[in-house]
Amino acid sequence: MEKPKLIIDGKRIDGRSMDELRPLKIQAGVLNKADGSAYVEWGGNKVLAAVYGPRECIPRHDASPYRAIIHCRYLMAPFSTLDEHGRSGPNRRSTEVSKVIKEVFENVVMTEKFPKTAIDIFIEVLQADGGTRCAGITAAAVALADAGIPMKDLPCAVAVGKIENEIAADFGKLEDNYGDGDMPIAIAPRNNELLLLQMDGMFTKDELRKALELAFNVFPKISALQVEALRAHYAVKKDELSRGD
Amino acid sequence: MDILDEIKKDYVLDLMKKEKRPDDRGFFDYRPCTVEKGIFESAEGSARVKLGKTQVVAGVKIDVGTPFKDRPDEGVLSTTAELLPLASPTFEPGPPNAAAIELARIVDRGIRSSNAIDLNSLLIEKDKVLMVFVDIYVLDHDGNLIDASALAAMAALLNAKLPKYEDGRIIRTERNDNLKVSQKVVTCTFSKIGSRIVLDPGLDEEKAMSARLTLATTPEYVCAMQKGGSGAFTKDELMNLIDVSFEKGNELRKFLD
Repeated sequence: MEKPKLIIDGKRIDGRSMDELRPLKIQAGVLNKADGSAYVEWGGNKVLAAVYGPRECIPRHDASPYRAIIHCRYLMAPFSTLDEHGRSGPNRRSTEVSKVIKEVFENVVMTEKFPKTAIDIFIEVLQADGGTRCAGITAAAVALADAGIPMKDLPCAVAVGKIENEIAADFGKLEDNYGDGDMPIAIAPRNNELLLLQMDGMFTKDELRKALELAFNVFPKISALQVEALRAHYAVKKDELSRGD
Repeated sequence: MDILDEIKKDYVLDLMKKEKRPDDRGFFDYRPCTVEKGIFESAEGSARVKLGKTQVVAGVKIDVGTPFKDRPDEGVLSTTAELLPLASPTFEPGPPNAAAIELARIVDRGIRSSNAIDLNSLLIEKDKVLMVFVDIYVLDHDGNLIDASALAAMAALLNAKLPKYEDGRIIRTERNDNLKVSQKVVTCTFSKIGSRIVLDPGLDEEKAMSARLTLATTPEYVCAMQKGGSGAFTKDELMNLIDVSFEKGNELRKFLD
């Protein structure tokens, strides 16, 4: 495929402005058996996250006497892209993505409260449209909260990047494939620390500063939707309270 | 974790509070570094890097093959890393684990996104391309495998010669032209230990670190970044480390000449 023009009349290929997010919908508590779960639709991404634990750590030799071990498995379904049928199961990319997502949650989950156990995070990308690891982190944070696991903060994530020398937020699939650089970032919104930071592309220092600023401008919007999803799932109406349900 | 590791970790954290490193280096100093190119005749390109007591070799093999379906005009660049069991008591035999995969992918990302190897130039004819395989072998692990590996991979690529290609066959005994490498990409890896940040962490420092940050640079651009570990960096720390990476990257790049 020829490289499409990614900016037309100052607008992006899907009509968005540079700092505009794609439509983002988050739902908490969508699965029955999991201790916590969340579903995220973000642009064309459809991502499901589930959390089990704290529970027995398998394999047992992974367990720590000091803290819970966090396992994270991020996978893309073989039918999740417009390309040909993918291979199911982990590959080199998904192994790396699983590792960096795990490290995000190791920062915020109070693992010291649950020694000798494991907290297992499963992220299944059912449909991929660029920025799947960020959608996965955003979903997994809500799923962990839904599981009642104590956390210091509720991480959120977005990919920013460079298209035709402009900095834009929340890359879609085409921008991901044909843009000039992509930078997924996850933060802890309470102290604004960077929990995940990856980048590929050619950025000057100034462009990196701009990209970082743009990410920090959109984080509050993502964060608010996460909180709203949890509130919608757990809010009890006044009249239900009085009936003692 | 090993009890000895716990003791070393406390020792390093204490030292950092006294503004010192275990080997008395400055916070943004590299350990002594050597790069030897062309250490294996069998490979099209090769190099050995010693960074302090860390030792890494890289081999480049060049084959002819078919391009990826979605990239019919591009050659193939593939980077892998092996954490050999002889390099550390903590490395186990078996398929690459997440650490080995991450290491290879960081090195790959820097080379790929800077277009150091022009993949379009690797097209021979329709459905026939050159495939460049970079294999990183970690021989001795004393910390900062990423920078040592990136340097070894880059040196091996700069050392690589293309095998002769005639009548649809590769003639490996004849090597004439150099593989075209347009950029010298280097990585700078930092560790956060307590509230301190150090460049080129040694193994004991890595045991005490909470987070790690790697920046791959050309003289003008940052072309890859990767954070690792459960700790975090602030925006200000990142902006500062970009400056340090450009400065120290130029120092490292001299080893590739």
